[in-house]
Amino acid sequence: MSNFIVQTNQSAASTAAAKENARQAQFDDLVLEVKHVSGGYREGGFFGRGGSYKEVIHDVDFVVKHGEILGLVGESGTGKSTLTKMILGLLEPEKGEIIHHTKRPQIIFQDPYSSLNPAYTVEWAVEEPLRVFGKYDAEERKRRVHEMLRRVDVPEEVWHAKPDELSGGQQQRVSIAAALIRRPRFLIADEPVSALDVTIQMQILKLLKNLRTELDLSYLFISHDLNVVYELCDRVLVMRKGRIVEQGTVDEVYDHPKEEYTKQLLKAAE
Amino acid sequence: MKKKMNGYLIAGLIITCILAGLAILGNFYTPYDPTAMSGAAKFQGPSPAHIFGTDNFGRDIFSRVLKGSSTTVFIASCTVLIGAVAGTAVGAVTGYFGGVVDDILMRMNDALTAFPSILLALVVISILGPGSEINVILALGIVFIPSFARLTRTAFASIRDRNYIESARLMGASSARILLIHMLPNIWSVLLPAITIGFNNAVLAEASMSFLGIGVTPPDASLGYMLSEAQGMFARAPWYAVSTGLMIIMLVFGVGLIGEGLQRLGKDAEY
Repeated sequence: MSNFIVQTNQSAASTAAAKENARQAQFDDLVLEVKHVSGGYREGGFFGRGGSYKEVIHDVDFVVKHGEILGLVGESGTGKSTLTKMILGLLEPEKGEIIHHTKRPQIIFQDPYSSLNPAYTVEWAVEEPLRVFGKYDAEERKRRVHEMLRRVDVPEEVWHAKPDELSGGQQQRVSIAAALIRRPRFLIADEPVSALDVTIQMQILKLLKNLRTELDLSYLFISHDLNVVYELCDRVLVMRKGRIVEQGTVDEVYDHPKEEYTKQLLKAAE
Repeated sequence: MKKKMNGYLIAGLIITCILAGLAILGNFYTPYDPTAMSGAAKFQGPSPAHIFGTDNFGRDIFSRVLKGSSTTVFIASCTVLIGAVAGTAVGAVTGYFGGVVDDILMRMNDALTAFPSILLALVVISILGPGSEINVILALGIVFIPSFARLTRTAFASIRDRNYIESARLMGASSARILLIHMLPNIWSVLLPAITIGFNNAVLAEASMSFLGIGVTPPDASLGYMLSEAQGMFARAPWYAVSTGLMIIMLVFGVGLIGEGLQRLGKDAEY
């Protein structure tokens, strides 16, 4: 929630104000700053006290710029989901700071089926964030829900179906609609296409690309599939054992990997 | 979710509906006054006038079975309602939040479970005072809380980390909304069969309590109390024990079938 608003003192020297303005302009360009963040989980303990602390994320430092798709690659178990939880505010970092410059991000998950409540219809799932938000009446909510469902190409005949009657691709489209219905500016995509067929993968990636420009979004795109990352992302972070070992534009990293680990990953993806 | 009715469910619903209908009827209408005595009509066997016969006071047993079923069904339903609502509340809170709340509530739960349920009911009854229907309901209701709590805790904990629940948290839904609207509909398949089993246990528990004389007291009739009455005259009026016992068995059987059917339905729906 900590929008980075710096109060400038009216009586401050003009040079200081100019400096501040430059700083503000720079920050306006960012949607997220992750500053030297470390963190992990506490396990065991008695009545919530004690227990051992296991650090999973070590001194992770990066930014997400406005309008970009930032890839995050790394094997499973490197702490990608722990980092995601911290960015979403579901887990407090032990050290460092996470600064959001937009509304809290939304997330789409790998397994589209488990991201939709099996007890409710498609329309309900997409409307629920608006009901919780509570600012719109029923008619306005329906209008927005239908508009969003059309935008992400969910056919009207399944609007009143339950998730298990949908195909994997449709389920993921509905998840995307539910994540975007409150118009966030920043979306975390946690392996959003890994569970889907290749042809469906392409359609969903195309949809995400289109939505970025239509709705002015920035993405953190988590994947273990380096080909998908190359296809979609502008910049990429390579994560290993809880650390960012390499970052740069996709071309830089793919053409001239500096780290041995990145080379291995790229070789494995060929 | 393609839900198909199965044989168990249909048979159970038919039996239960007929018996529940009789029980409700018994509340408003019985062929004879269930407490009216008649010296001339003592120990009569089944006949067109008294289809289940009469007892040692010449009371019409069919009327008493109707009235007694209505009492028993009412007590069992209320008991299960208390046990299920309070137990599910405890299970939801402990299963969803975990941590210290879970530790404290579940240890209390364990303490309750450590007593045999009839003994626990006896303790509660001796605190509240015997004889009234409300106290029997309260005593049994409290006894039924732990089993529902344990069951629903597992169910809530198993879906706590599903992505759709995480999404609900992210959209800022309150814990109450998450528990009641996002989670509860997904544990019906666990809760409903448990309610039917709980209902049966309540029927039997009420019968045991009344049989022991700490449940419903005369002149009110409940199936359990009537069974204990019937025991004393089994040699002279076996039809009393048979008709009362049969009513209990059919009730438990019908509701048990519903439970079995629901369980199978839940299994089919699992993914």
